[in-house]
Amino acid sequence: MSHSNSFARQDAIFARVTQFFALIVLATLVGIIATLVIGSWQTLTQTGPKFFVSDVWDPVRSLFGGMAPLWGTLITATIALIVGVPLSFGIAIFLTEMCPPALKRPLGTAVELLAAIPSIIYGMWGLFILTPLIASIQPTLTATLGKIPLIGVIFQGPPMGIGVLTAGLILSVMVIPFIAAVMRDVFDTTPAILKESAYGLGATTWEVVWNVVLPYTKTGVIGGIMLGLGRALGETMAVTFVIGNAYNISMKLFEPGNSIASSLANEFNEASDPAHLSALITLGLTLFALSFVVLALSRWLLSSLTAKEGKRT
Amino acid sequence: MSSKALAANPIYKRRLWVNRFNMTMSFLTMAIGMTFLIWILITLFGKGFAAFGTALFTQMTPPPGAEGGLANAIFGSIMIVGAAIFIATPIGIMTGIYLAEVGRDNRIAKLTRFINDILLSAPSIVIGLFVYAVIVAQLKHYSGWAGAVALAIIAVPVVVRTTETMLLLVPNSMREAAVALGAPQWRVVTMVTLRAVKGGVVTGVLLALARISGETAPLLFTALNNQFWSTDMSAPMANLPVVIFQFAMSPYEEWQQLAWGGALLITLAVLVLNIIARVLFRQKSN
Repeated sequence: MSHSNSFARQDAIFARVTQFFALIVLATLVGIIATLVIGSWQTLTQTGPKFFVSDVWDPVRSLFGGMAPLWGTLITATIALIVGVPLSFGIAIFLTEMCPPALKRPLGTAVELLAAIPSIIYGMWGLFILTPLIASIQPTLTATLGKIPLIGVIFQGPPMGIGVLTAGLILSVMVIPFIAAVMRDVFDTTPAILKESAYGLGATTWEVVWNVVLPYTKTGVIGGIMLGLGRALGETMAVTFVIGNAYNISMKLFEPGNSIASSLANEFNEASDPAHLSALITLGLTLFALSFVVLALSRWLLSSLTAKEGKRT
Repeated sequence: MSSKALAANPIYKRRLWVNRFNMTMSFLTMAIGMTFLIWILITLFGKGFAAFGTALFTQMTPPPGAEGGLANAIFGSIMIVGAAIFIATPIGIMTGIYLAEVGRDNRIAKLTRFINDILLSAPSIVIGLFVYAVIVAQLKHYSGWAGAVALAIIAVPVVVRTTETMLLLVPNSMREAAVALGAPQWRVVTMVTLRAVKGGVVTGVLLALARISGETAPLLFTALNNQFWSTDMSAPMANLPVVIFQFAMSPYEEWQQLAWGGALLITLAVLVLNIIARVLFRQKSN
């Protein structure tokens, strides 16, 4: 059969060609890591690990330490999770346990549309709407909560409305659709028989959610939170608009700051000094490494959940 | 226990109240989420429509303090995004085919799937840095093409993911039937499986289009900006997101108003693309 021979060859070519495109995807990642490492080589070899513990960022004297933007990135992402996770959890419970079936799809779509809005829109909304709002309530907050010993300091800072807190709050709205969508999907994987058993024993809706659904889906829930964290760490435009572009390490949440992404957006095009460029690329490498770890963890947690559903065909 | 006695039981009462409180909170979180969505959209439509007019689509981006439009930025965005999707679609679909039909669970496929998921959520500004280092720094000038490549890198994972998911929905019996008729694999894929999920694959491309239409960060270091009308993709090119960023951050009122107009344009495009993609997908999955 000459046909089967030529078919085998055709199949081999087909496999090769499609594989080539898959390798392009792999090569992109390798390329990203390689260029970032090459670009940051000067900083990594000359400043070394000190880069991450130094808070001096002075392009004029060509002194660069990455601690301030790293701090800004971590603190804004933390605020985003502290605010965003409970909101997403509530939304996911509403969509899976309370929502009338007819509204399930439209409301679910509406939440997902929050993810479709481009980040620059969040930035503009933050700058023109949220910032004045926060500036107007901030003096009251500083005068009351700011007086509390120890934790009062986080409510202090100049009353401009821009700063780490505003950035964190916008991020929290932006991560809601990602976290809530994952939570809703994993909540829906809880076998109905488990929930019905609990209801049969007389449990309330909340008790079913807290004692049955949540323990059953906790890996997926954490995976969803990690996905949100990965998004929050790398978000650029929304943060750049409202964070204030200042290299600060402060517990004061109303103080302007900078995240890694916003430093890059603000300075990369203006940087001409090789040390400055290298320091910025080192920040980029740090950001990429951070989000890589967080996203890999998220994927691993979420995939162990789908494994439970049985093998796909 | 009668229901009266049950209602008087303090433990039962407490459980009931905890439940009521938490369910109310859950309802409130949903309301808060919707408030933000509506609030953002109302702001956007209110401020954006004020900027709408023929000038927005026919005049060039103005110097500070002058009236003008966004014609060059709209055109640049369409060019860059179009080129990006043109690059990303074949790569994404072919990779998706490899994952679902050829590689399946072999090592390369598993690794690609993992890397693709990471790239799907990778910080877009870092992709801008990458393209800057590989293209802009080598050619020593910013260009529309560099912007298109950066956006393509963001679009590919979306197309890969949807193509693979869609192909996996095709029942194996269809593949087996085609193979039993004596078709080689590339014919099985192109004539049977891919054709069965055509709508789904288009959905993926539309979602990728929606995703990159509003991306700003990767264009900052690649396409840059251009105050004038330019059709040259190998030179710096005006594009909506970067113009919006520059104009919104400026102190000039005319610029800020144009920024809102541009923001509304982008959001409308993204929302329409999303809705079309959803309708297509729903038809497919029914």
